[in-house]
Amino acid sequence: MEILMSVAAGILFMGGTYLVLSKNIIRIIIGTSVISHGAHILLLTMAGLKTGAPPLLGLEASSYTDPLPQALILTAIVISFGVTSFFIVLGYRAYKENGTDNTENMRGTDSYD
Amino acid sequence: MFTALHLAIIAPFLAAVFVPLLYKKIPSIHTGWFVLIVPAILFVYFLQYIPTTSEEGAVSAVFPWIPSLGIHFRAYVDGLGLLFTLLITGIGALVVLYSIYYLSKKRESLHTFYTFLLMFMGAMLGVVLSDNMIVLYLFWEVTSVSSFLLISYWYEREKSLYGALKSMLITVLGGFSMLVGFVLLYSITGTFSIQETIAATSETASHNLFLPAMLAILLGAFTKSAQFPFHIWLPDAMEAPTPVSAYLHSATMVKAGIYLIARLTPVFAVSGEWLWIVAGFGITTLFWGSFSAVRQTDLKGILAYSTVSQLGMIISMLGVGAAALHFDGANGNNVFIGATTAALFHLFNHATFKGSLFMMVGIVDHETGTRDIRNLGGLMTIMPITFTIAAIGSFSMAGLPPFNGFLSKELFFTSMVNITEFQQFNMDTIGMVFPAVAWIASVFTFIYSMIVVFKTFTGPLQKEKLDTKPHEAPFGMLLAPIVLVSLVIVIGFFPNVLSYTIIAPAMASILSPLLEQGQQFEVDIYFWHGFGTPLKMTIGVVIAGILLYLGMKKWKGVYRLFPEKLSFNNLYDQTLDKGEVLSQKIMGAHMNGFIRNYLVYIFAFIAAFLLITMFYKGAFTIDVSDTAPITIYESILFLVLFAAVGVMMFTTSRLTMIIGLGVAGYTVAMFFVIFRAPDLALTQLIIETVSVALFLLCFYHLPQIAKNLEPIRFKAVNFIISAAVGITVTLIGISAGSSRMFESISGFFKDYSYKEAGGRNMVNVILVDFRGFDTMLEILVLGIAAAGIFTMIRLRLAGRDEL
Repeated sequence: MEILMSVAAGILFMGGTYLVLSKNIIRIIIGTSVISHGAHILLLTMAGLKTGAPPLLGLEASSYTDPLPQALILTAIVISFGVTSFFIVLGYRAYKENGTDNTENMRGTDSYD
Repeated sequence: MFTALHLAIIAPFLAAVFVPLLYKKIPSIHTGWFVLIVPAILFVYFLQYIPTTSEEGAVSAVFPWIPSLGIHFRAYVDGLGLLFTLLITGIGALVVLYSIYYLSKKRESLHTFYTFLLMFMGAMLGVVLSDNMIVLYLFWEVTSVSSFLLISYWYEREKSLYGALKSMLITVLGGFSMLVGFVLLYSITGTFSIQETIAATSETASHNLFLPAMLAILLGAFTKSAQFPFHIWLPDAMEAPTPVSAYLHSATMVKAGIYLIARLTPVFAVSGEWLWIVAGFGITTLFWGSFSAVRQTDLKGILAYSTVSQLGMIISMLGVGAAALHFDGANGNNVFIGATTAALFHLFNHATFKGSLFMMVGIVDHETGTRDIRNLGGLMTIMPITFTIAAIGSFSMAGLPPFNGFLSKELFFTSMVNITEFQQFNMDTIGMVFPAVAWIASVFTFIYSMIVVFKTFTGPLQKEKLDTKPHEAPFGMLLAPIVLVSLVIVIGFFPNVLSYTIIAPAMASILSPLLEQGQQFEVDIYFWHGFGTPLKMTIGVVIAGILLYLGMKKWKGVYRLFPEKLSFNNLYDQTLDKGEVLSQKIMGAHMNGFIRNYLVYIFAFIAAFLLITMFYKGAFTIDVSDTAPITIYESILFLVLFAAVGVMMFTTSRLTMIIGLGVAGYTVAMFFVIFRAPDLALTQLIIETVSVALFLLCFYHLPQIAKNLEPIRFKAVNFIISAAVGITVTLIGISAGSSRMFESISGFFKDYSYKEAGGRNMVNVILVDFRGFDTMLEILVLGIAAAGIFTMIRLRLAGRDEL
């Protein structure tokens, strides 16, 4: 199952990268979101997906799944949410200001160089 | 300890601080008068070292600067250092005196001029009196910088800036290479002290870094001393005010390279390469400089090439003099010692006559408004004193009796003839080239020396071509060159004044291994030294020179064989131009302002780097023994995820895309459920919902953008790169999952979550207790994001349109 999940993470990374490489700002932002999903899945997978009880001691099971990657992922989810929402609003504002959602057209002034 | 000697070296720097102050506060007196005190006092101060160096050898004083790195400011006065020191301070004083009359108090910004000049003087003293290589390098670069500042003194002229930049680039290139050489020497000997390095010569010579160190240091010396082919900066440095040309570019700075070669001769001269390279470059420069000088029409241009050629001559003699170290002892049959004597003697002589010639040209320029020999002529009766100076200086330069140039030229011929008797390193066969080239170069030297005198002062006076009515210069301006030409004559008649006071101690520094304790070199420079080969060569030079000078119109066409296009100047200009164009092209080609391109580089690099590393290092492993089984639920979720990603990649509808993201997010949440991560699942569900809502708000409901996106154009490059990234991640995931190096530390959380932290939800205990610090900062991230969003929405800067 680890291999299947690695493939899933790979697919998410591939899709995310493909979107990020496009010109459209929404695609780029969604691409970053997809990549972060991939990263979370990868984190979880690499720690091992051995079946055990959820990491709640009250269950008194003989084995639990590893709680540490879960804590790490939880932090990562929240941070990626913060960044994504910032991106969304930034993209929105950029669209409002520049009148375009095409990054190729967002080139500043001509005098750049 | 900080001694008077250290103070003397840095005195010009200290004095430079007060120059602007004096210039502003006492405008009625020419600032140069105050400055004159510094070199005059220093000259007198250093004169008292003459008995010390000639009797006892060297004096040194150490001031620790960075002791932990072995960098001490060790002032070291020996014969060689003192010879240069006296030149620097003596000619420095004369140049300052001359500049007082040359530079107008009203028109010029004197404070900058004298500040730079004093900086240069201090740096030059530091170069010749430092025993530590790093300190020497420091002062060396200060001479480059102050020379740069002085050349561009009239900075509103484009040619001054061009000349300054050129000299800066070339000398700093060489200086840097010299630093590399010093560091290489340090890695051989473990000391930065020159004297200790000399003491360790026997070990260094066999080291395999010996040759690289030698070449790197020689590059530094050659660029500074304007040796072929790095001589090109010197003629362009003539845009500097004439006192600067006289001081820096004839008497002192260009001799820093000579100093370095002379100073390190005991270290490197054991090798044949040193002898060949130093003597070979010297003789080439001698010929090329004198050959090029004849084609010049600007007096300063002639003198610049003449300086180049004379420096080449000195360096070739130093190279030949190094042969002396291959024989034992300072006894009479070691004829190669004479070359070193000649080099030092000519070094001194050149400073005297070249300084006076530059000052003479400055006077002519000052009084007529031009330096072009095509416009000059017939000044002999109008400016008799200037003419006398020019004649004495030029005849000395040409090597005519009874001036000092004659003596050094005779010694030069002697050493060039002697080198053919050297039995090592092919000198006895190919070495024949040296006297031959030296003779031809001397003929050219004779020709341009005659041009300097006769084209300027004889012939018809061309009044219509001169800006001002010419007249004799004021006495103050003539004083400094008169002192110098007096030296030319005095040394011509009484050359032995210098022998044991200056030259023998300097030789002792260069050829130190030859001397026993308490021994001294015998230096005898006779005015009449017998009717030998050198004298015949000189007579030949005079006859050939006169014939060629008179018939110059006929053979001038020779110069068309070497058009400007083939010159090293052109190569330098082309290198700069092409380099600039090329770097602009390279920059423009990859930094084109499109984010997509940069992302392509980044992703392609990541994928390529990781894949190559993984396979090259054999890091990829698959181990399926430890994996969990695949169930139907995961397979279904996997397919859903796959479909969602596919939809997102290729849809053109904004809404479909956002929903696709939502589907992917919920699927991930489902995975979290399956993999026994309840907290993750909860968080993921909520956050995905909020994100999707935000996406909808911003990109679907709020703006007036078309609901559909432009269809994404399928780009093979993008697809390949993203597939590569996906594959890389998959492989890393599989490989990392398959090779576990050690047990997880999570057993700790299981054992202690309740015992230590009093909680049963291990994930939550980790988040707020064991690793609470992460959580705090994560809260901060959210806070910053919220504040940022609020700012972006609410804040409207006034006048933003102008930005």
